[in-house]
Amino acid sequence: MAIANGAIRLEHVTKRYAKVVALDDLSLSVEHGVFGFLGPNGAGKTTAVKILLGLTRPTSGSGSLAGAALGSKTSLGRIGYLPELFRYQSWLTAREVLALHCELAAIPRAKWASEIDRILATVGLADRGTSRVGTFSKGMQQRLGLGVALLDDPAVVLLDEPTSALDPVGRHDVREIIRALREKGTIVFLNSHLLSEVEQVCDAVAIVDRGKVVAQGDLATLLGTSSVRVRAAGVSREARAAMAKFGELDDSADGALVIKGIDRERIPELVSAVVASGARVYAVEPQHESLEERFLSLLGQ
Amino acid sequence: MRAVLVVARQVVGEAARRRLLLALVLLTLVVIALTVWGVSRVDDLRNAGQPLSDAQKKTIVSQLLILVMFMFSWVLSLAAVFVASPAISGELESGIALAILARPIARAEYVLGKWVGLIAVVVAYGLAAAVVELVAVQAVSGYQPPHPFEFLGFVLGEGVVILTFSLMLSTRLAGMVGGVIAAILFGIAWMGGIVGGVGAAFNNATVTHVGTATKLILPTDGLWRGAVWSLEPSIVIAAQQAAGPAVAANPFFAAEPPPAAYIAWAAAWIAAMLILAIWSFRSREI
Repeated sequence: MAIANGAIRLEHVTKRYAKVVALDDLSLSVEHGVFGFLGPNGAGKTTAVKILLGLTRPTSGSGSLAGAALGSKTSLGRIGYLPELFRYQSWLTAREVLALHCELAAIPRAKWASEIDRILATVGLADRGTSRVGTFSKGMQQRLGLGVALLDDPAVVLLDEPTSALDPVGRHDVREIIRALREKGTIVFLNSHLLSEVEQVCDAVAIVDRGKVVAQGDLATLLGTSSVRVRAAGVSREARAAMAKFGELDDSADGALVIKGIDRERIPELVSAVVASGARVYAVEPQHESLEERFLSLLGQ
Repeated sequence: MRAVLVVARQVVGEAARRRLLLALVLLTLVVIALTVWGVSRVDDLRNAGQPLSDAQKKTIVSQLLILVMFMFSWVLSLAAVFVASPAISGELESGIALAILARPIARAEYVLGKWVGLIAVVVAYGLAAAVVELVAVQAVSGYQPPHPFEFLGFVLGEGVVILTFSLMLSTRLAGMVGGVIAAILFGIAWMGGIVGGVGAAFNNATVTHVGTATKLILPTDGLWRGAVWSLEPSIVIAAQQAAGPAVAANPFFAAEPPPAAYIAWAAAWIAAMLILAIWSFRSREI
């Protein structure tokens, strides 16, 4: 379902709890793709999601979600949400939890069975549909929560730390699910402090710290220039001089040479120059600044 | 309205799945079996070697029934406190409510659904247990209290009052805190009824007013007095009244039913408490 006027929009939203400022003049707009909302614990990420859902009211500012007012039934009818604190009725089976949400979301009853089957298969719980949630591990409960959020193909999916309880296989599965959602045109709002996770699936990110957005934009722009690591033996002074023409040359602690700010298209040319200078090349590893490095530098640590 | 019923059905389902209803039913059956046994022994009682008169037997059975029903009303009320106090706060603390409230459901529908579901559980249990007890006692002793339907109304009304109050507390307070507050106030209201009776017995206006005030602030004991009245045969009322005004302080005696105005007050109180619960939850940040 295409949503006009911005799928996720917050304008100058401030949220204060007594003396604590949880969000400070937050503005963001997401029209498509996967949006990563990144920040350390306590940065205000969950508060932002709760404001989008109308669970919490902003002290000032406004916004909309899925083309309707924050917290309105229209808006909540078009979204799916996996809370950071995910818990589902332990006395129900996974199928019953999903059926409850089908009913709350007013999905036609005739569609329930097939929709529940599809969801259970998507989140890898196909063989546990009739087990009580009380018997589930935390990871399985989080998978179920993700399933609840995906019911009936919502236009916008808000995932608050969706892999916090998952093992590496589970994390991989969630990344695949998020990629599939993007293919379908679903807008995903991903709250996370796991930088690698965000780096792998997000089209755009905002980095938030102490309630303030410190950087916002598409990942490529935000991550800036790329670099390349070269492992080679017999690097003469002439070889170093040749390499320095491609970018800023630096020695890394493990003995490799790092050329920062190089245009990726010039890497083969660089390799030819190094080989021509008589050095023996063992490895060439193109890199861009990791989100983690960028994140830490933005947070001033 | 659909959402109200969905939430209500979940409450009933949870009570059934968590074996709350089963536990209540089993324990109640034990109590009923004990009462039936006790009532069946009344025939064997002797006074100076002579069997008791029918009037004496009737008095004893009616008093036994009032005592058992008094315990039953406490069980019903405390069960209502236990299930209602964590009904909302527990789901907020655990996170279950987050996924529910992010669906197109109004906060008012959520509170009303909880209320309807809890009432269904408490009323179904209360009704079944009281009816079985009354029928069992009648089958064994032939004794039927004078106003059984009024009794059911009063005792279930008492349960609904304390349930609604506990649910209101649950919109803001942790289950344990709300439960303790509701249980203590329930006890105070009962004491207040006795205090008011003492005031009436000794013609002390101030003390009487304290009793009246507690009856109005939390109308549980006032309704309990109605339940007692509906279980009393006329010979008991006549005998107690002959004993003088001090019986007004007896929590197991009521000379007359609560006035209609008081019943209207209790109904309005429940409605007001429910509205307060909805308002409180709507304005709560989650």
